[in-house]
Amino acid sequence: MPVAFLALFFAWPVLAIVLRGLAEDGSVVDVWRRRSTGDVLWFTAGQAALSTLVTLAIGLPAAWATARTALPGRRVVRVLVLVPFVLPTLVVGAAVEALFERFGARTGSLTAIVVAHVVFNVAVVVRIVGGHWSLLDPRVEEVARVLGASPWRVVREVTLPRLAPALWSAAAIVFLFCFTSFGVILTVGGPGLPTLETEIWRHATRRTDFGTAAALALLQMAAVVVLLVVGGRLERRLASGATSRRVARPRPLRTGRERAVVVAAVAPALTLVVLALSILVERSLSVGSGHGIERYRELFRRTDSGLVVAPAEAIGNSLVIACAATALALVVGGLTARSVAAGRGRAGRVLDVAVMLPLGTSAVTLGFGILIAFDSPPLDWRSSRAMVVVAQALVGIPFVVRAMVPALRSIDPRLHEAAAVLGADPRRARAEVDRPVVRRAAQVAAGFAFAVSLGEFGATSFLARPDAPTVPTAMYRLLGRPGEALRGQAMALAVVLAVLTAASATVIEWRRRDGVGW
Amino acid sequence: MHTSNRSRRARRPARALVALAVLLAAAACTDDPDVATGGDDDRAVDCTPTDDVDRIDLGDAAVDADAGVTVKLGTHDSFAVGDGVLESFTAETGIEVEVVALGDAGEAVSQAILTAGEPVVDVLYGVDTTFVCRAIAADVFVPYRAAGLDRVPDALLAPGEDRVTPIDVGDVCLNYSKAAFPDPSDAPQDLDDLLDERFADAFVTEDPASSSPGLAFLLATIATYGDGWEAYWEGLRENGVAVASGWSEAYEDDFGAGAGERTIVTSYASSPVADVLFSDPPRDEPAIGVVADACFRQVEYAGVLRGTGHPTAAARLVDFLLSPTFQADIPLNMFVEPAREDVALPPEFEAHRTPIDDPITLDPAEIEAGRDRWTERWTEIVLR
Repeated sequence: MPVAFLALFFAWPVLAIVLRGLAEDGSVVDVWRRRSTGDVLWFTAGQAALSTLVTLAIGLPAAWATARTALPGRRVVRVLVLVPFVLPTLVVGAAVEALFERFGARTGSLTAIVVAHVVFNVAVVVRIVGGHWSLLDPRVEEVARVLGASPWRVVREVTLPRLAPALWSAAAIVFLFCFTSFGVILTVGGPGLPTLETEIWRHATRRTDFGTAAALALLQMAAVVVLLVVGGRLERRLASGATSRRVARPRPLRTGRERAVVVAAVAPALTLVVLALSILVERSLSVGSGHGIERYRELFRRTDSGLVVAPAEAIGNSLVIACAATALALVVGGLTARSVAAGRGRAGRVLDVAVMLPLGTSAVTLGFGILIAFDSPPLDWRSSRAMVVVAQALVGIPFVVRAMVPALRSIDPRLHEAAAVLGADPRRARAEVDRPVVRRAAQVAAGFAFAVSLGEFGATSFLARPDAPTVPTAMYRLLGRPGEALRGQAMALAVVLAVLTAASATVIEWRRRDGVGW
Repeated sequence: MHTSNRSRRARRPARALVALAVLLAAAACTDDPDVATGGDDDRAVDCTPTDDVDRIDLGDAAVDADAGVTVKLGTHDSFAVGDGVLESFTAETGIEVEVVALGDAGEAVSQAILTAGEPVVDVLYGVDTTFVCRAIAADVFVPYRAAGLDRVPDALLAPGEDRVTPIDVGDVCLNYSKAAFPDPSDAPQDLDDLLDERFADAFVTEDPASSSPGLAFLLATIATYGDGWEAYWEGLRENGVAVASGWSEAYEDDFGAGAGERTIVTSYASSPVADVLFSDPPRDEPAIGVVADACFRQVEYAGVLRGTGHPTAAARLVDFLLSPTFQADIPLNMFVEPAREDVALPPEFEAHRTPIDDPITLDPAEIEAGRDRWTERWTEIVLR
């Protein structure tokens, strides 16, 4: 089932566009051998690696503090970091640009790209690693300390190895996101810093040079496959049976020094995110030379905005589409995760890589591919509303798989055996042993699928109908027309989206009794 | 057992990383078969379509012969139309119109070329001077001579035997902030002035590789300086030109709609009109001025797409786009001017527009032949 879904909605369109591109003059190898292609590939990989390292450096302490300590307001932290992640990258780009302006620095640099990527992706580290961390039994570390290990040695030999699967999962996702990032590169990177993704877009849409675009798209996919194969191997090797079913009790903060350490741990991530968000809020409230809520009122009116509906309608559309896409992603992704986790053979590994590919494929490739692949009966679906749901689910599925596979792998088979020995029939054994782990992972997965679906812009911009815009496509239109008023409306829409995300994340956060997951 | 397991664990990923490095290195191979400046320099470009497609002829068919049909109008993202305008077309012909935004102008054309013969929409509106040749040569359109074409100045017509119909005209011009230059004589007067140190670090323009006004401005400099355009841009770079990826980044962020860090920007002759209409709080006088020298004229065209299921209904929609009703609606919605010379501009548009008497024009075939080479060269000169 997942294979058929991926083959039809992903492989087929991508194949169609690549074949179309290859039919043009000029050989793929020539494009690959251009010096400029090499430069672009190196820069793409380099900025992604740097962004991933910095995101990990800033995200890990925050993951530890929110997962392991009784930091007051740690739930708020987890909700807050998620907000930029659902904002369209164009908006995160605009926020970071405003941030740099405020501090008198210029964007259009590698630093600006890295900062924007950190703001955008820090949620991945905090939530995936943090979620896993809170399931690790802290007594193991305590035992190591009692046995005389130095704190550093405990971290190196006990904590990190047990954390490795989640760490690697998060790093892989962040790297992929940065490797294929589009909106951020375009806004804060500026035209002087092209990546594979922006070059594919430029060749396909500015030069109508589909041959070069297809060659670059193939190169991008090849690089992603290599990364995923490496990643998959590491992850399998790192899988540990160390998670417990119970969430570890957070460590109370007794001394002032402990409190200071914890605050210092969350401060960098929190500061960045809060600064970026508050600039958005400020911009949405600025009316002329003063401040007011006029822009928010305008969201509910159909003004001269270039949108055929009131901007507020986009919010409803986005929520409905995101719910449908999340459900679809959970079903397809869940089934895939089960096959991947159970499959020790080649098939499981291939599936594992295949399911991640949509993340590493340029939205332009997929968008154009869908246009020419579904253009004639019986597959005449290219203007169907359902295609938006399918496209957003494709982007969500990798998150579902990445969140669930480590959890499924971490289930110790001996627990099943133990349950059987104690007299449970196999079905009950699976239900009682697996369900708590799976449910928690599914919550994390659904949260991410919902979030990426809400924020998805690239593929949606090709497929969303103008009378049914999503929030990101509506924002893009508002930003593209002249006038401060419309720009203010776009910012207001961004803030509404941020608040909605925060609200839904908060509801889920507080309904959970155990304090993990999303 | 434990140790051997561990070292194997460490080695495998390392080997895979080496494989990745090899892949990267192979791609970065120094041998360079196609340097940006070489290659297709002397490519003869012909804007004539290759296929002979039957013309659409409405003949004596009744106005409402296609009543009940829905026609899809594909546009770029900047399309906007007043309330009730498209409805008046439906009332007259019985044809429903569905507007489909196809992305920015470049994306809309790319999509039309990719889907040539099996189009997503029936009529495409918004192909401009800089891309029209490419679209016509790719056999995207069916020839049709729209009613009212005799009211359009000949200078606006595109090559390719009625494949496309001119709908609107806009001029890409330099704009300046009136706050920074209260006296118009202090503002730059022409392209040469931008090299003056009085305007050091003051000018922001758009990347011609990703922005339509950016490309128009590059073409204006090429038309003005001929072979000297490269030297001109080297001069601009020395004088601190900033480059943004798109119009809204340049105009809204860097130029701040007249209140930003940069005080000169590449925008449109009609920007002051939009500035007054969208100003916040409302004001009567625009905060920006227009440099009337070296403006580049962009014409936007519409055409019936080859392969449409409703050729005659689509042709009627093209007629409507060129009708006085739609033409009169264009200025205040899209801030460009109607292609028909017999349609009056609305007074609030007339009041703040800067008439451009002698705009720069380039032949679409010439643009097509040079565009990619020029943008590559420009990138090397200005960004690298």
